[in-house]
Amino acid sequence: MRSKRTLLSLGLASLLAAMATQAQTKPSDNTHEYTFENGLKLIVKEDHRAPVLVSQVWYKVGSTYEHDGISGISHALEHMMFKGTEKFPDGEFDRIVSDNGGRHNAFTSQDYTGYYQEFEKSRLEISFELESDRMRGLLLPEEEFKKEIRVVMEERQLRTEDNPQALTYEQFNATAFLNSSLRIPVIGWMNDLENMNIDDLRDWYEQWYAPNNATLVVAGDVNADEVYALAKKYFSSIKPSAIKQPKPRQEIEQNGTRKIIVKAPAELPYFISGYKTPSLLTAENESDAYALAVLSAVLDGGNSSRFAKKLIRGSAIAANVSTGYSLHSRGDTLFHFDGTPAQGTTIDQLISAINIEIDLLKTELVSQKELDRIKAQVVASQVYQRDSISSQASTIGALESIGLDWRVIDKFVDKITAVSAEDIQRVAKKYFVEDTLTIAELDPQPLDTRKPKRPSTNLRH
Amino acid sequence: MTPTKKIISAFSASIFIFSTQLAQATPEIQHWKNEHGSKVFFVAAPELPMIDIRITFDAGSARDHDIHGLALMTNGLLSEGTSKLDADAIAESFENVGANFSNSADRDSATVNLRSLSDKKWLEPALATFIAVLSDPSFAETVIERERQRALIALRGQKQSPQSIISNAFYKNLYADHSYAAPTLGYEKSMSTMTRRDIQTFYQRHYVASNATIAIVGDLDRKGAEALANTLTAKLGKKEKIATIETVNYTAEKKRVHIEHPSTQTHIMVGMPSHARGDDDHFALFLGNHIFGGSGFGSHITKAIREDRGLAYSAYSYFAPMRAQGPFVVGLQTSTAQTDEALQVLNDTLTAFVNNGPNDHELAAAKRDIINGFPLRIASNSSLLNYVSLIGFYDLPLDYLNEFTDKVDNITKKQVRDAFARHIKLDQLITVTVGQSADEG
Repeated sequence: MRSKRTLLSLGLASLLAAMATQAQTKPSDNTHEYTFENGLKLIVKEDHRAPVLVSQVWYKVGSTYEHDGISGISHALEHMMFKGTEKFPDGEFDRIVSDNGGRHNAFTSQDYTGYYQEFEKSRLEISFELESDRMRGLLLPEEEFKKEIRVVMEERQLRTEDNPQALTYEQFNATAFLNSSLRIPVIGWMNDLENMNIDDLRDWYEQWYAPNNATLVVAGDVNADEVYALAKKYFSSIKPSAIKQPKPRQEIEQNGTRKIIVKAPAELPYFISGYKTPSLLTAENESDAYALAVLSAVLDGGNSSRFAKKLIRGSAIAANVSTGYSLHSRGDTLFHFDGTPAQGTTIDQLISAINIEIDLLKTELVSQKELDRIKAQVVASQVYQRDSISSQASTIGALESIGLDWRVIDKFVDKITAVSAEDIQRVAKKYFVEDTLTIAELDPQPLDTRKPKRPSTNLRH
Repeated sequence: MTPTKKIISAFSASIFIFSTQLAQATPEIQHWKNEHGSKVFFVAAPELPMIDIRITFDAGSARDHDIHGLALMTNGLLSEGTSKLDADAIAESFENVGANFSNSADRDSATVNLRSLSDKKWLEPALATFIAVLSDPSFAETVIERERQRALIALRGQKQSPQSIISNAFYKNLYADHSYAAPTLGYEKSMSTMTRRDIQTFYQRHYVASNATIAIVGDLDRKGAEALANTLTAKLGKKEKIATIETVNYTAEKKRVHIEHPSTQTHIMVGMPSHARGDDDHFALFLGNHIFGGSGFGSHITKAIREDRGLAYSAYSYFAPMRAQGPFVVGLQTSTAQTDEALQVLNDTLTAFVNNGPNDHELAAAKRDIINGFPLRIASNSSLLNYVSLIGFYDLPLDYLNEFTDKVDNITKKQVRDAFARHIKLDQLITVTVGQSADEG
């Protein structure tokens, strides 16, 4: 393919080379790692651009650690983490953080649960005092749980029940994965939320919240050794626990396309489809995962990608269309497509158009120009990401939490740059096969259809 | 716009070596008018090799007049073709050098944005395309037709979103005959009949140098910023600045509007037009709202609705000051059977706050939160760009950020209470609900 490079792409290639040598910074520069005897890992990224810091605690637990009947428990526990310890009763956490001008919140995903505070640079100790205390000291009062689980159910209604595309996604995902925990929605099935009790949460908290199952990440205008000393003061005396990993529940092999229809009150048709793919962690050959990431960008990495050019503009068959591939998951994943057909076209026509693009990837090599464009975007975005300390810290925390060494961030540009047109063709042929495909279609029902209302009274007691 | 994403969100981080730096004071905002009469606001940020540019035009949907959706359509079409480049070529020329282009429009304004590496080799190609997009859009008929169809799909999409339905209804009821009443996305009828001439006329009238506010944050010096700012508007038209948006004459009586929708939750918004950008009461209202519903956990509305009763996931309030009087909003979503209870709690909580104001303890706590957290508000180039654009577009004082904490610190309890009394009339609040009505259940 090299001989086919245009002048333009040669120019870009040299630009990339220039940029790579000019910016002799590595993502891991000024980053320090420490491990305490109790198993807690601390990673500090010094960034002195602004007098602020972010402090994050990541626990290796999320919906993929769950099983039938308790779906959503990791997320429900995340809500309860703000409901008080003996030292800082309910409400104190918020009060103390806001007294210090902090911002804080938490998040739960398939693979991890995280908590963070952002502060002016002198206030790290507040974060450590609060986080070390609730790592083991949560009270989990039943009365608070009864209110908070209703909040979680409201959240589920808001995000999923009343959002036809989210509803379709949830059922798509549970169809693509039959026996592995990847089928479990992070927010949990409604019936599991309705039947969750405080003892379930107490067990879950005991099982997963321990220093040897956590990663502490601090980024910002701090001194790494001082952060270490402070972390030692607050976290090093917390006792580790025996973490019992869940059974593997390896997904059974899929032998044939699965297709479902989801009916819901909606105006627009919508579909989502996905092929089984490995993640960076589960790929036998890690270049497969990087090639899938670049392939995703060929189709949908910006407004000059193939989907934007050909399906949204060119043929104008799609009103919206996108791809998704999660490189960083602790288990296998899906390479997925979703979209809404343009006015006057159908889902079948849109899916056919996507299939033509998939076939093209299998039969023709992508151009050097496309690869150069993706690499330029990657190089630039590494600079842009430095504008946010939270984003830098989150990348480190997420990688560690799924079991990847955070230092892989240094290899990212090289790995992406190393992906060849042949690699993309190879992974397209290898993974885009009918037998591992799952498709879900939203079949819009009239918006004057009434849904059963949720009774509020029986949830109160 | 399709965001550059996926791979980009999947990796990370890098660090720039700066061994020491003095504790950052509030950054200096430099201001001047460029050769073409555009206001320019500049903050030098040499730490990262990148530049952010935002040009804000007084070209929001409040300028649509009867052709609702015109401002957004015009703004969206800028990057869909120039006399020399089609949409594919435009997108390629940005993305080939890793630049991020984006555009947007709301009721007050329309923006075009560029984020690029500051190295000339990367910046210059992106900048050339950025200027072409801004100054030479072709508005080809075929492209208009395609984007019209996509806009019609977006409008249909709003019908399945209770959030969109309630927001549109809320503005419609608050603003009645004012130009803020209509949605930025327009209506099916106006979008179906909009012509190329409408778009061209709108562009020629509004996308002119005198109507532009340029904000630049990044790795360049004053001289470089001056040259850049002159280049940006060199090819724009030269009409006079357009007239300001009419003030809101709000005389409505308290009322409740319900819209039927098959959702399991009922969405609720309560409010009325409050104040414009630059209003003397702004800091008192901002501080009061922080206590009432603007700061999440611990604020009155979140505590009463979510923490004490578990009635909603999200319960909030905010002021959205605009060129003319923007709204004050209190909102939540709750399971439909709980609608009356939630509304009662919301109204009781709001009434108590408007009548009594905050107590000493709450006022002091809110000040500590805002003042101690001030460095977080200006810690990134993105957040600085937002502030600088806001200050420039709304003609706020240049020392807005320097004075921010002092202004907050000097507000008294009485000032908060008086400001709420002046702006929030309990007998003029409009309540909009979207969901399934109780009587049909």
